[in-house]
Amino acid sequence: MTTQTDIPTPRSPYVRRKTTRGNFELYSWVFMRASGVVLVVLVFGHLFVNLMVGDGVKAIDFAFVGGKWSSPFWQIWDLLMLWLAMIHGTNGVRTIINDYAQRDLTRGVLKSLLYLAFTITVVLGTLVIFTFEPCPPGAPAELLASICTA
Amino acid sequence: MPTAPAGTLYRGREGMWSWVAHRVTGVSIFFFLLVHVLDTSLVRVSPEAYNAVIGTYQTPIMGLGEAGLVAAIVFHAFNGLRIALVDFWSKGPRYQRVMLWVVLGLLVVTMAGFLPRHLMNVFGAS
Repeated sequence: MTTQTDIPTPRSPYVRRKTTRGNFELYSWVFMRASGVVLVVLVFGHLFVNLMVGDGVKAIDFAFVGGKWSSPFWQIWDLLMLWLAMIHGTNGVRTIINDYAQRDLTRGVLKSLLYLAFTITVVLGTLVIFTFEPCPPGAPAELLASICTA
Repeated sequence: MPTAPAGTLYRGREGMWSWVAHRVTGVSIFFFLLVHVLDTSLVRVSPEAYNAVIGTYQTPIMGLGEAGLVAAIVFHAFNGLRIALVDFWSKGPRYQRVMLWVVLGLLVVTMAGFLPRHLMNVFGAS
């Protein structure tokens, strides 16, 4: 008798249930650490230049910002800091909302507000960095950076 | 889903409290960042508008607030590096407790460098 019985291969590899969510949370975890290290440098540099050098916070006015943003170096620095800090912060608050808001509706509303705040802040900040006019015509000269009168 | 009873401690000690402090400082910094981008955006309105609002940051009360903000940022920065070391350094988990005390030590050292300068700028005669 040579009837073949259909026995499943004993060594068929175990297949993990296919996830439907992708690797988003893994990338978010990696991003928090990578952006965090970069932000330490960007934010510490920002705080040192704005609060420690010269007269610190007392010296900050329109002319100070105008002088800084006349240089592409500080434009790129601040743009990078804005984007990284906003994504890092938004992702952190997203995690906290997911942890503590238990009702689906509460979570949805809070995260919608969060993403709205993110979009407004990033778009506004980016526009301001790139459309900023350090020497607006008609403004009193004593309020402007020294480069405007030179 | 059953809800956990309120007010229970997870594990306490350095591990949990550094995690709590990381969340509290992180959320505080995030809300400051939103306001900070808005106030800086006033440079796009007019020099007078920006100077008027930034002037309110130069008062003694706000000066103390800035000191607290910088302390929160410095803690969050150093503790964030500690978290990355716990995750990526093979001996990180074993030394997480020691590293928290290193973080707090660096916080004290950094604030000792920052505070005298900042408080002189805020309270000193200009």
